[in-house]
Amino acid sequence: MRYLFLSVLLIGAATLGGCNEGVLNPQGPIAFAERQILFDSLGIMLAIVIPVILATLGVAFWFRASNTRASYRPDFVYSGRIEVLVWSIPLMTVLLVGGVAWVGAHDLDPRKPIDSQVKPVTVQVVSLDWKWLFIYPDQGVASVNHLVVPVGTPISFELTSAGVMNSFFVPQLGSQIYTMAGMTTHLQLQADNAGSYPGFSAQFSGDGFADMTFKADAVPSADFSQWVETARASGPTLDAQAYTDLANPSKAVAPFTYHAVASGLFSRIVMSQMSMNDPIRRICLASPGVVQ
Amino acid sequence: MNILGKLDWSAIPFDQPIVMGATGGMVLGIVLVLSWIVLGGHLPYLWREWITSVDHKRIGVMYIILALVMLLRGFSDAIMMRSQQAIAAGGAQGYLPPEHFDQVFSAHGTIMIFFMAMPFVIGLMNFVVPLQLGVRDMAFPTMNSVALGLTASGILLTNISLAVGEFAKTGWVAYPPLSELQFSPGVGVDYYLWALQISGIGTLMTGINFVTTILKTRAPGMGYMRMPVFCWTALASNLLMVAAFPVLTATFAMLLLDRYLGFHFFSVDGQGNPMMYVNLFWVWGHPEVYILILPAFGVFSEVISTFSGKPLFGYRSMVAATMVICVLSFLVWLHHFFTMGASADVNGFFGVMTMIIAVPTGVKVFNWLFTMYGGRVRFTVPVLWSLGFMVTFVIGGMTGVLMAVPPADFQVHNSVFLIAHFHNVIIGGVVFGALAGFNYWFPKAFGFRLDERWGKAAFWCWLVGFYVAFMPLYALGLMGMTRRMQHYDDKSWQPFLIVAAIGVAIIMMGIVCQIIQLIVSIRAREQLRVGDDPWNGRTLEWSTASPPPAWNFSILPQVAGADAFWTAKQQAERNPEHHDQSSQYRPIEMPRSSPLGFINAFFAVITGFALIWHIWWMAGLGLIGAFMTFLFFAFRDEEEVEVPVEQIAQFERRHRAELVAP
Repeated sequence: MRYLFLSVLLIGAATLGGCNEGVLNPQGPIAFAERQILFDSLGIMLAIVIPVILATLGVAFWFRASNTRASYRPDFVYSGRIEVLVWSIPLMTVLLVGGVAWVGAHDLDPRKPIDSQVKPVTVQVVSLDWKWLFIYPDQGVASVNHLVVPVGTPISFELTSAGVMNSFFVPQLGSQIYTMAGMTTHLQLQADNAGSYPGFSAQFSGDGFADMTFKADAVPSADFSQWVETARASGPTLDAQAYTDLANPSKAVAPFTYHAVASGLFSRIVMSQMSMNDPIRRICLASPGVVQ
Repeated sequence: MNILGKLDWSAIPFDQPIVMGATGGMVLGIVLVLSWIVLGGHLPYLWREWITSVDHKRIGVMYIILALVMLLRGFSDAIMMRSQQAIAAGGAQGYLPPEHFDQVFSAHGTIMIFFMAMPFVIGLMNFVVPLQLGVRDMAFPTMNSVALGLTASGILLTNISLAVGEFAKTGWVAYPPLSELQFSPGVGVDYYLWALQISGIGTLMTGINFVTTILKTRAPGMGYMRMPVFCWTALASNLLMVAAFPVLTATFAMLLLDRYLGFHFFSVDGQGNPMMYVNLFWVWGHPEVYILILPAFGVFSEVISTFSGKPLFGYRSMVAATMVICVLSFLVWLHHFFTMGASADVNGFFGVMTMIIAVPTGVKVFNWLFTMYGGRVRFTVPVLWSLGFMVTFVIGGMTGVLMAVPPADFQVHNSVFLIAHFHNVIIGGVVFGALAGFNYWFPKAFGFRLDERWGKAAFWCWLVGFYVAFMPLYALGLMGMTRRMQHYDDKSWQPFLIVAAIGVAIIMMGIVCQIIQLIVSIRAREQLRVGDDPWNGRTLEWSTASPPPAWNFSILPQVAGADAFWTAKQQAERNPEHHDQSSQYRPIEMPRSSPLGFINAFFAVITGFALIWHIWWMAGLGLIGAFMTFLFFAFRDEEEVEVPVEQIAQFERRHRAELVAP
């Protein structure tokens, strides 16, 4: 049993030592805070879990039937003090971790704006079968399967899906969030260091799911402006027809950009999930304020 | 219009060698077993003593046989997934294309939860609970047989999907809109839905049956606070079945209405709301994990107490903890999707509730610890499983609480870290518990022990294999690997996945050891034969013969305290004069065997298959057949048979003679 435990520890140490990307290598304030919370919670719980494991193995070993030095106490079946202890140890652990959870849920609420002097850049994200569309409404360009953001600038994401549910996730920048048809979710992230970070869908969405990956490039502001200029200079226009073409299912699409985007396209994608010939839709349109 | 609905020859995937190979193997296995039964002349025995039996012990054994067979099926899916991911790195695509890989992981999850874990714990409860309560059978013996039949029907439909058509490609949770007709036009999701609807009705029946049995039929003197802890956990588990399974049935019914009749409950158009499905699914789904783990907690309580030679420490605490878990399990479902974008207050609330449910679980671990403290622990196979569980489960619990912290979950949600977590608690908790119970109660069911050496070998392979298979997944999850990837670009993940695949191979050795253990034990059954009470047990099941007679107890036990059999043994020690009880025998009314469960299962399979393939006339015939079967059953004249005193006395005489001269 001891050797087993040792080998488990060794495997664990060896595996975690090799991490150079993902959650343990944060590149922005959100991811950094989340890693901290991960470590804090883990630390609090290890303080109780490790002694419990050792005590379990120790007690079982010492009170083995063949050990004549261990005292046999068949009447030791209740102790008020121990009962108080066994309820209060997990309770206090949970109080601590629960505090971390409650405070963390509020501090790192995905829609909470990031405290910064820099004006945020808005990116509208649409998950399609099976690729990502990133619309930059203020810059008037769009990009498929390639996210480019300026370093040190809060990025305000608005996300939806063209059909099946997905989850937008760049682990090194922080939180993931679902993309859902007919609904808009919000996410605030920021990259502190320039670099190219893997992004993908973290919610299974069908046959092309494994290829629903993209690169999230964090570049200096000047380079970002440069990228926008380049995108504006060439490429197709993203209008209703181009969007319909894009929405057809396709796998492993190579990144490309659109030099212009029809205004209000994102909100029309959100709305389009309620089709016009649907009776309920007509009722809702007749009573203003119901459809958002 | 085709008389066979959507069904034609294209439904059978002749072009896929892997599927056809598996199908061929399955069909060959079934044909071999059937021909052995028929040619060997075992059919009348099988029909009389097993298929039509309403004896809770026989039904329990049949549930466990189903579970073991489905463990092999679900495990072969696991081998395929792990080997696919071990090779599909960089540009490589592995050997499973997405449309096949997606079915494999969907089938793995569905089978392991619904058709392996559920039948295993239900089987254990079926065998043990009436014996522990000191009664002759379940409250509704025939309904018990019907429930078994419906579970088997769901299993059969799921396995038919391998050969005819396809299984769901949506993951075992089948979230819409992916599972809607628009995105999953094939029959896969229909197989999933109808198989689970049919077996779900069976599970609900089981829940009602056990709740009634435990609340209304206990031996004289067995008050609630004298019930063995396994019965308490069974009560909690079955209360959850009664409360949670109708939610699943209703949710699936809505999805079926979407798919079959163009409703818009969960569709993306027509104001449907897919997230409502996700909520409802987990309103069932979280209690479900406690339905599975609570009986396992019960097994560990019995095993640790028996083999420590002590009553369970803090019995009242254990009962309270069980019932607190039972209630709280309905208040944590949202932690399965913190990333939906709910407000911080909502996420915070469900995060904190999830942690609170860890408190009674922690209490249980401490109470098992103090049960061993001051005991004389015998390291038998069930105890090894229990210790392996205690060590493994606290690690799984810890990673679970970690993911209950919403910001931490934002980072590891849906990653293979999550996969590692729930296998950590399901394998380390439910499977270890089921196998501990299997080894513990096997001598009661069959009158001989299982071989210790092969049992220990199986345990060590499972334990080591589990750590080797799933610790790398924890690391990979933190490295950013998400679940259900048919292939991946990052080559630095590959070594971890190769290690995980090796872990699966070690677990496979564990399963092989168990099969060998069973074969070796059956061959050496004369040497391994044991008396009524091989472990020096504490509860009533050890007070009757091994295997028990159909009527369980020739004289119903009078319960004088907690650990009823232990108390009785101590009284007998103090007062050793031997009573001849034969004058107290009375004729016993036992429920009559009934083919209802089997015939109903037959019609359930017909109906399910017809609905999946849109063969409406056949679905109608199946439903009418099932209804007529119940109608016929309702008008039966004799529902019980009387066991005469002479038969009881003869059984007891022969049994006592066997005990004296084995």
